[in-house]
Amino acid sequence: MDDPSFWHRLQFGFTIVYHYLFPQLTMGLALILVLWKWRALRTGDERYDLAARFWSKIFGVNFVLGVVTGVPMEFQFGTNWARFSRYAAGVIGQTLAMEGMFAFFLESAFVAALVFGERKLSRRKHFGAACAVWAGSWLSGYFIVTTNAFMQHPAGHTLLEGVLVLDRPLQFLFNPWAIVEYLHTMMASVVTASFVVSAVGAFYFLRGQHQQQARLYLKWGTRIGLVASLLVAFPTGDRQAKLVAESQPVTLAAMEGRFEGGENAELTFIGQPNVRERRIDNAIRAPMVLSILAYGTPRRSVRGLKEFPLESWPTNIELLYYSFHVMAGLGTLFILLMGVSTWLGIRGTLEGKRSVIWILMLAFPFPYIATTAGWMTAELGRQPWLVYCLFRTANGYSASVSSGNTLFTLIGFTGLYFVLGLLFLFLVGRELSHGPEQEANG
Amino acid sequence: MAELWYGLLGLMLITYVVLDGFDFGAGALHLFVAKSDAERRTVLAAIGPFWDGNEVWLIAAGGVLFVAFPELLTTAFPAFYLALHLVLWCFALRGVAIEVRNHVVDGMWHAVWDAVFALASLLLALLFGVAFGNVVRGVPIDQTREFTMPFFTNFGTTGRVGLLDYYSLSVGILSVILLSAHGAAFLAWRAGGAVRDRCLLLQRKLWPAVGCLFAVVTLETYFVRPALLGNLLSRPISWLGMALAVGGSATLFSSRRGSRDGRAFLGSCGLIAGVLSAAGAALFPVFLRSTLSPTFDLDALHQPRNSIAMKFALGWWPFAFMLAVSYFVNVFRANRARVSADDY
Repeated sequence: MDDPSFWHRLQFGFTIVYHYLFPQLTMGLALILVLWKWRALRTGDERYDLAARFWSKIFGVNFVLGVVTGVPMEFQFGTNWARFSRYAAGVIGQTLAMEGMFAFFLESAFVAALVFGERKLSRRKHFGAACAVWAGSWLSGYFIVTTNAFMQHPAGHTLLEGVLVLDRPLQFLFNPWAIVEYLHTMMASVVTASFVVSAVGAFYFLRGQHQQQARLYLKWGTRIGLVASLLVAFPTGDRQAKLVAESQPVTLAAMEGRFEGGENAELTFIGQPNVRERRIDNAIRAPMVLSILAYGTPRRSVRGLKEFPLESWPTNIELLYYSFHVMAGLGTLFILLMGVSTWLGIRGTLEGKRSVIWILMLAFPFPYIATTAGWMTAELGRQPWLVYCLFRTANGYSASVSSGNTLFTLIGFTGLYFVLGLLFLFLVGRELSHGPEQEANG
Repeated sequence: MAELWYGLLGLMLITYVVLDGFDFGAGALHLFVAKSDAERRTVLAAIGPFWDGNEVWLIAAGGVLFVAFPELLTTAFPAFYLALHLVLWCFALRGVAIEVRNHVVDGMWHAVWDAVFALASLLLALLFGVAFGNVVRGVPIDQTREFTMPFFTNFGTTGRVGLLDYYSLSVGILSVILLSAHGAAFLAWRAGGAVRDRCLLLQRKLWPAVGCLFAVVTLETYFVRPALLGNLLSRPISWLGMALAVGGSATLFSSRRGSRDGRAFLGSCGLIAGVLSAAGAALFPVFLRSTLSPTFDLDALHQPRNSIAMKFALGWWPFAFMLAVSYFVNVFRANRARVSADDY
């Protein structure tokens, strides 16, 4: 590979995509655990205790995988992206340090109490431990999304002697981009967790096992799933799209595969971007929708890629286009599925509709795909910049680390993560086959 | 300002070594001090509530390094590229081993994860020792500040050095033995029964070995970096560190009689913290000494000017630090009874 940043990008991309499979469940599930522990505390209803106990075991395995795949992310800022870090540390160092000091200490101190402490702690204290883990994981999310938001939409910084320094800390910490991106990300993680919970409920229900618990998971999973799926789309996803339209118009054009500009911009549902010919092949479109979504009125023109200089185009338009369409398409289907399931649940006829329950069971991988596609949209859309309009990705890697070294560690990560993935599936599979009604295992 | 952040960062790193050091040590000794399944579960139960939080001190220190000394972070991380990735992989395997070992009740499953836990812990203790050896010895940094060290070059301590040579390996071995002794002191305090007996017995061999190795490394340091010993004798903060180390050792030895295991562990903590703070004060202000020319040394005083970030961080850091300490006190209090195999 001629491009020396290639292996660094591939390693970071691979390790971050893999890592984020775990925290998205951690954060969403932490919220659901808090809700169940709260219900159990208020009503004394044993079913919620049982549910929380069962899911904290899965939470524990998932949490550990999140920690051990997350530590390398923190290190890679320094090891693989030293020139970027030298440039941006003055600003993003702040949030990375705050994440460690405020979030990781909190999470790590209480996660053992949550997973193993039920017998030793009082009910109130155990509920407190769940709240602490929830707060820690959501705080961690805020700091890391704020770091990302700075790369997407720099705020609160100034340039001094060729590097970024912090100028207005509060503008950086409460970057409007960060707040929208954070809420969008958190709601998506609740979608993932709710789909996983309802899938497990569906699995037990269809097998005729643990019926009481199965019904509980189906009910809570679909209802939380509906609320979260709606919130992901509106207002958070909608606001996010408007921010992109405003600050990264070339990204919006690439996400939509829109080469020609103009008003009454149409939204492309499906079709294959043909960048060389500057068009979308086999496109199926809805007129005016893009203008309305981006600016709230069909009269506003949405600019096309041709209106921007070639060197400002995102580097991988095809992948960006597909990522965005996969995310948006799946997000719409989630609302539909959870809407139908919740409606049937409220009417009390969900249990008769086995086909819907089958779909709920098989649907759990799709939120993972949608969140991954969403992050790919954000990160590919930012290209060719590492810090938007300030610093190019091609200049950010550690120049002294040879491709041989990077490939060596990439191969190492691939092997290690393959083993970790098998281990995760095996352990979660075991917990599922034991089921929620087993005695505490040894 | 640089002095203050140097001190705070040092405080976090020393806390890290003292805390994660005991679970590295417990891991390195895991196969020797715990033979039966129940004993091994006891070792894991002893470190179970702590290891993850202990590790966070390193991550948080890395974050503080990002704010306070970005020049050091962005120079040292690519420099130690391969070693750091080994550290990451050991962390991953070790964390997984601790957590999954007891999920399945099966002898072969246990054997695999016990071995992974022990080997990863041992390797981490060695790697961190070697890293410290590299800091004292120096690294081949030039005016570009962009370099990556191979594992070994000519095993020498001057010029284009690699990670490994007689000096860094000596410090690595000292680290393994010292942290093993520290881990044994921790387990003797936390565990009961046969594990405690073996740990007490083992400490009688390990602490004298620490003493001998320490003398050897001190002598080597005299040849590798003579100025360090001069600084050690001339700087008051180093004296405080040495006093703490001596006090720690005295506490450790005076606790041998009777079963004052908690006090002995505290002595061990004091010893390690004392040695590290004495060394840290003597190293100031040089972070990375150049083995090529003293003009290329990277020190704490020449960092990018970023006063608002530093002031802002100084505003929240003490608060976050107090919170972190309070969590630790809380976890130690919640787990103050001796553990048994059933706790985990």
